[in-house]
Amino acid sequence: MKIPIYMDYHATTPVDRRVLEAMLPYFSEQFGNAASKSHVFGWHAEEAVEAAREEVAKLIGASAKEIVWTSGATESDNLAVKGVAQFYQSKGKHLVTCKTEHKAVLDSMHALERQGFEVTFLDVEKDGRLDPARLKAALRKDTTLVSIMHANNETGVLHPIEEIGRITRAAGVLFHCDAVQGVGKVPFDVEQANVDLASISAHKMYGPKGMGALYVRRKPRVRLTAQMDGGGHERGFRSGTLNVPGIVGMGKAAELARLEGAAEAARVLALRERLRKGLQAGLDLLTVNGSLAHRVPGNLNVSFAYVEGEALMMAIKDVAVSSGSACTSASLEPSYVLRAMGISEDLAHSSIRFGLGRFTTEEEVDHVVRLVVAKVKKLREMSPLYEMVKDGVDLSQIEWANPH
Amino acid sequence: MSYSEKLLDHYENPRNVGSLDKGDPDVGTGLVGAPACGDVMKLQIRVNGDGVIEDAKFKTFGCGSAIASSSLVTEWVKGKTVDEALTIKNTDVANELNLPPVKIHCSVLAEDAIKAAVADWQKKHGLDPTVKADTVQGDRAALLERGVLKSGI
Repeated sequence: MKIPIYMDYHATTPVDRRVLEAMLPYFSEQFGNAASKSHVFGWHAEEAVEAAREEVAKLIGASAKEIVWTSGATESDNLAVKGVAQFYQSKGKHLVTCKTEHKAVLDSMHALERQGFEVTFLDVEKDGRLDPARLKAALRKDTTLVSIMHANNETGVLHPIEEIGRITRAAGVLFHCDAVQGVGKVPFDVEQANVDLASISAHKMYGPKGMGALYVRRKPRVRLTAQMDGGGHERGFRSGTLNVPGIVGMGKAAELARLEGAAEAARVLALRERLRKGLQAGLDLLTVNGSLAHRVPGNLNVSFAYVEGEALMMAIKDVAVSSGSACTSASLEPSYVLRAMGISEDLAHSSIRFGLGRFTTEEEVDHVVRLVVAKVKKLREMSPLYEMVKDGVDLSQIEWANPH
Repeated sequence: MSYSEKLLDHYENPRNVGSLDKGDPDVGTGLVGAPACGDVMKLQIRVNGDGVIEDAKFKTFGCGSAIASSSLVTEWVKGKTVDEALTIKNTDVANELNLPPVKIHCSVLAEDAIKAAVADWQKKHGLDPTVKADTVQGDRAALLERGVLKSGI
């Protein structure tokens, strides 16, 4: 078993060897600019780009012409949210999203607020999911866009996007879905969910970093105000010379996800359950954050009560995970996603996100279970809160001083 | 975030973890911080007849810096008189452990914990606390009576 162990697959994934091999020729021999229409170098590049476009489209049930290449999901989210809002602003200036979205969507929405748009930020239920009825109630005559993610990046919780898509379609409102964490891991089909725009990232599915795509529906046609002006590449939606090796890599990653995704999901889910059951057998006072039933296979977000997340991460330093603890951010605020789900601040401080993926092994899971159980026990021995609770003290009854 | 060797040493091998009998008249207990803020420190000192701290124990819920800061101050207060212990400043802790700026509050908490523990010991001996400690709010006796504070703190 190799140390350190990587269990942070939501942050990024390694490039699959097969993806890397597909990409390599496009850095050197096949270096042409896909926009060069007058010679063979350009033609080869364009051919590779179009084959990749076909693959990415196939993975999400779209047609190739509906895929726009971008530099990553942050750009895709910005282009979708700002592009739609600005293009359709004569129709209305109201947008709807949810409090647990990725910052790329939330901050795009905040930027639009400063431009005079009105944004409704919907609450989620305790299990992290959006109640479609809440969405339905928020729609207005002047609503032009709803942006709701597929799988959450912290909890892995899946929103009911098919129900959301039915509501937006019936209301004649466009539906953008940040599908970054779900694509390649759980089925995602733009037709089935009536999605009008979808953001995808290559490096979350074993492709290269700096590469993404935005699905933009053609029937009925969705229009956008470009956020990047220039040579008019990508049907004018996104100017800029295409990152051919990156695109080829994303295409290969999409192909692998389409062919192997289902088998991989089953394997990863079994590992995730092994991890969850192992931790639950070894420790008390452990809570899984968010719905377990509606969740991507590789995610386990848990709070180890009375143990602070960063302290635990330091104790298991040979295992790469993330925490919703404030101590991992400069802001000193714990995870806004967990807070929006109604999880108390102290449990948010105690949360750890395990992300399992393609190269996770059973041996690694067993090692992590043993290590985490031992370290949580050690830290609880040092925790005044655990001692108080074990002595029967009700912590909520204490008026804590110095609440900064 | 990269941490100093000293900090990592205190985190990995914390000194003086544990509890003293809070009912003992020679023991002063300080409990500072709040779970919602992500750090709570309990510092206990045992003071002998000469006013010298002969033992100190801590328990801390918090990040590595908070644990290391509390471990460090238990070492520092031992052998000092209560008046000497009160001269320990958060900046001393922050400098010794080379705390990064976002972790300075951990050293502030450690200083507060000393003040709170000393104040508790002083109260038990009918003395006016030298420093008004920023500790758990409310009348300790009343909390004990209501069963909110049972033991350990």
